[in-house]
Amino acid sequence: MKNEAVQQNPTYLEEFKRKGYSRKDFLKFCTLMAAYLGLENSSVGQVVRAMSSKPRLPVIWLHFQECTCCSESFIRSSHPIVADVLLDQISLDYTETLMAASGFQAEEAMKNTMTKYKGEYILCVEGSVPTAADGVYCMIGGKTSLQILEEAAEGAKAIIAWGSCASNGCVQAARPNPTSATPIHKLVKGKPVIKVPGCPPIGEVMAGVIVHVVTFGRLPELDGLGRPKAFYSKRVHDTCYRRPYYDAGLYVESFDDDNAKKGYCLYKVGCKGPSTYNACAVTKWNNGTSFPIQSGHGCFGCSEENYWDNGRIYERASAFPGFGIESTADTVGKVALGVTAGALAAHAIMTNVRKKKLIRNLEKEGKESEHELKG
Amino acid sequence: MSTRIVVDPVTRIEGHLRIEADIENGKIKDAFSSGTMVRLLEEILRGRDPRDAWAYVGRVCGVCTSVHSLTSVRCVEDALDIVVPPNAEIVRNIMFCAQYMHDHVVHFYHLHAMDWVDVVNALKADPKKTSELAQSISNWPKSSPGYFSDLQKRVTKFVESGQLGIFSNGYWGHPAYKLPAEVNLIGLAHYLEALEWQKEIVKVHTIFGGKNPHPNYLVGGMACAISTDDVSGLNAERLAYVEQLLQQGKQFIEQVYIPDLMAIASFYKDWGAIGGGLGNYMVYGDLPWNGYRDTSSYKFPSGVILDKDISKVYDVDLRKDDEIQEFIDHSWYEYKGAANGGLHPWKGESKIRYTGPKPPFENLDTTQKYSYLKTPRWKGHAVEVGPLSRMLVGYARGREEFKEVVDKALKDLNVPVTALFSTLGRTAARGLESILVTRWGLDFYHQLIENIKNGDTRMADSTKRDPEKWPGKALGVGHSEAPRGALAHWINIEDEKIANYQLVVPTTWNASPRDGKGQVSAYEAALRDTPVADPKKPVEILRTVHSFDPCLACAVHLYDEEGKHINRISVLGD
Repeated sequence: MKNEAVQQNPTYLEEFKRKGYSRKDFLKFCTLMAAYLGLENSSVGQVVRAMSSKPRLPVIWLHFQECTCCSESFIRSSHPIVADVLLDQISLDYTETLMAASGFQAEEAMKNTMTKYKGEYILCVEGSVPTAADGVYCMIGGKTSLQILEEAAEGAKAIIAWGSCASNGCVQAARPNPTSATPIHKLVKGKPVIKVPGCPPIGEVMAGVIVHVVTFGRLPELDGLGRPKAFYSKRVHDTCYRRPYYDAGLYVESFDDDNAKKGYCLYKVGCKGPSTYNACAVTKWNNGTSFPIQSGHGCFGCSEENYWDNGRIYERASAFPGFGIESTADTVGKVALGVTAGALAAHAIMTNVRKKKLIRNLEKEGKESEHELKG
Repeated sequence: MSTRIVVDPVTRIEGHLRIEADIENGKIKDAFSSGTMVRLLEEILRGRDPRDAWAYVGRVCGVCTSVHSLTSVRCVEDALDIVVPPNAEIVRNIMFCAQYMHDHVVHFYHLHAMDWVDVVNALKADPKKTSELAQSISNWPKSSPGYFSDLQKRVTKFVESGQLGIFSNGYWGHPAYKLPAEVNLIGLAHYLEALEWQKEIVKVHTIFGGKNPHPNYLVGGMACAISTDDVSGLNAERLAYVEQLLQQGKQFIEQVYIPDLMAIASFYKDWGAIGGGLGNYMVYGDLPWNGYRDTSSYKFPSGVILDKDISKVYDVDLRKDDEIQEFIDHSWYEYKGAANGGLHPWKGESKIRYTGPKPPFENLDTTQKYSYLKTPRWKGHAVEVGPLSRMLVGYARGREEFKEVVDKALKDLNVPVTALFSTLGRTAARGLESILVTRWGLDFYHQLIENIKNGDTRMADSTKRDPEKWPGKALGVGHSEAPRGALAHWINIEDEKIANYQLVVPTTWNASPRDGKGQVSAYEAALRDTPVADPKKPVEILRTVHSFDPCLACAVHLYDEEGKHINRISVLGD
């Protein structure tokens, strides 16, 4: 998807420049303005700052069929911390989780932003939209979530679909999906939708997506599935610190066994890292404290489409494509995970072949550099 | 003549809650609580692997994250007769304590405080006076005049930008706000500090469970192996990290949360006589010191108090057919058989059926069905669950630690014991149990260290993870005390799969619609007689509703679609 610039209200300075005036003209104007407003000379600086600073990016954050783990994860971000995001970077004008206003006043706050910043605000959506039974399985202020989404999407510059609920339906869309829980991109047409999957997504990743828009003034680069490339282009498996054990064929056979205590690979107890695209093994969770595999439990693929129906959590995943990071989500497409034992043996042979070659190369390099040193 | 007002969405909660209230002569005559979102997770669970259930039901709620997963693994372990190693029990307890510390602080500052603290008024405070006041109530180091002055400047700039963000359209300046500007400024400062602090305490979950929200659990124990000699397991570094987080949490709760709570409460003592409600309180109990099955070792004792009479505590039995039952007289469900009987969760028989007005609509017909929440009852009684219930039952059971913190708070505020049965009492109880939980978290930590020192490093029992070792059919029940109150899951396992899975959660007890006899549940009872000065700005409604800490995603669920009867209640491992 192409990057689209997020045009915000221009500042007075920008307007001046666009009309061909210089910064000097602008400063003169500010001095006159200050005098006109009856301000002291020392206040001119403030006027200059005010007229050169932009309004914070207006954001409307809707909540539908959700568990609010996305909002919770967002406030866990360590860099930037959320207090700074809320006070300095964006203007979060509607979010049921944190906003002071309720009822009529809350709805009014949303309407004000939709009118005043038409075409400029970012719409964040947490949760899926139930389309069964005319939408009555999620109603806010007497309206269905579908009605609210349609109204709010119309004037949005872009939409961020937070978490797996908004990106792929998550747990309520698991078989038999009784409420017809539907992800956002299937309901909104003609607007860029950034999917940030995960249950929840990592807090720093969520803040990172917002900060990207504010800092660079455009949407982040997305992959073929609509996810920011920065955070979803690598498999957990390929970035996992336990990967060498996988390659060496050393696995945890059951929880809390001797191999678990040695930190071996969790593939045999169900780890879905090999088929999961996420930043968990690199960015890690809660300011880099740990991530599921480091804490002894396999990844169960919470950022992947339909992960609740892709086999059981502790079942060994057999068929996953590719052995290296060269395989991306764009080429993988939708590969269902099956269960066979054979793949493991095949893999062991393959990795041995690959590893031998690698070791040979390293030995060669080592000898060469040794030779150079000896001169 | 009464006027009907509607508050929807009720914000600063989890989920989707609607309150309709009839106001007469400046007071609420009657109130109606409606949950307006449903996901039907129980239907999705049918046919799945019981060992996976914790992950699905964990997604019931991301605010009280972890508590459903904990309850679920206990439920499955009960059905399969698994006793987890002591270390796993302790790790679960430490995670439980960290969850309370996080949840209660976030509730107080980010979900509840703005009902009492006027953010805009804080801009009028004198930073020097604010500093003096802050230092008179706490040793918390961030309290210099410069600190408050800088903060005030930052917020002033924010307000003057005209973009008020999350503070837009609040009831600022409402006469019900009574705090001096300096207290408002302290409240605002700590709102921002708590926002920064809360991301730290959850790291306890990340260390043991790999992430937060939604840390990982495991049927049979926990997945985080103890390995003092490996970088991947729980070693000295990881354990020291946990201790440090618990210490920092204790410091924040003792030096920021509790002094703020008491300072703010002292200006709102009139709320010690408002919002009492039912007067019936129920607790399942939790935090086992000696294993989950030894209920006498629970730090939070179980029991029921009726009609505010703390001289008598009744026992609760979650397995008994006639104790816990759910009714649907005013819920958008239908029973195929008996019209309006109550059913024990193991005998679930119902189907969702929305009969409310077609959206968009202005009002619900509250004489008919008006919520996606069912109405649970204990022996026919409507009961309140949550922090106030826990503190009262602990007090009534004669536990010294409970008496100590409750009596001190009453003395410090100079209010009678009856002030506990109120909106203020509910909000205060949440703080008081936070004091206890922070202590206990460290106690459990030391218990863990002692075990490891003594050579016990077991963390999971995998002997019964293989379904071939399971009975063909099994029933189980697991319970816990979620931050919002008594929580239980019931499971029916058949042929290695989930045949039925049911949850009765705290907010269902508190926020449910009235039953067929016209008995209201806790929210509706507490809202009656609440004064509302300006029906267009009903901050008083928010005060009482928020004092319960609503969690609606938890509260809404569905029973067995097929209407299958499950009559056998032969529980393994009982």
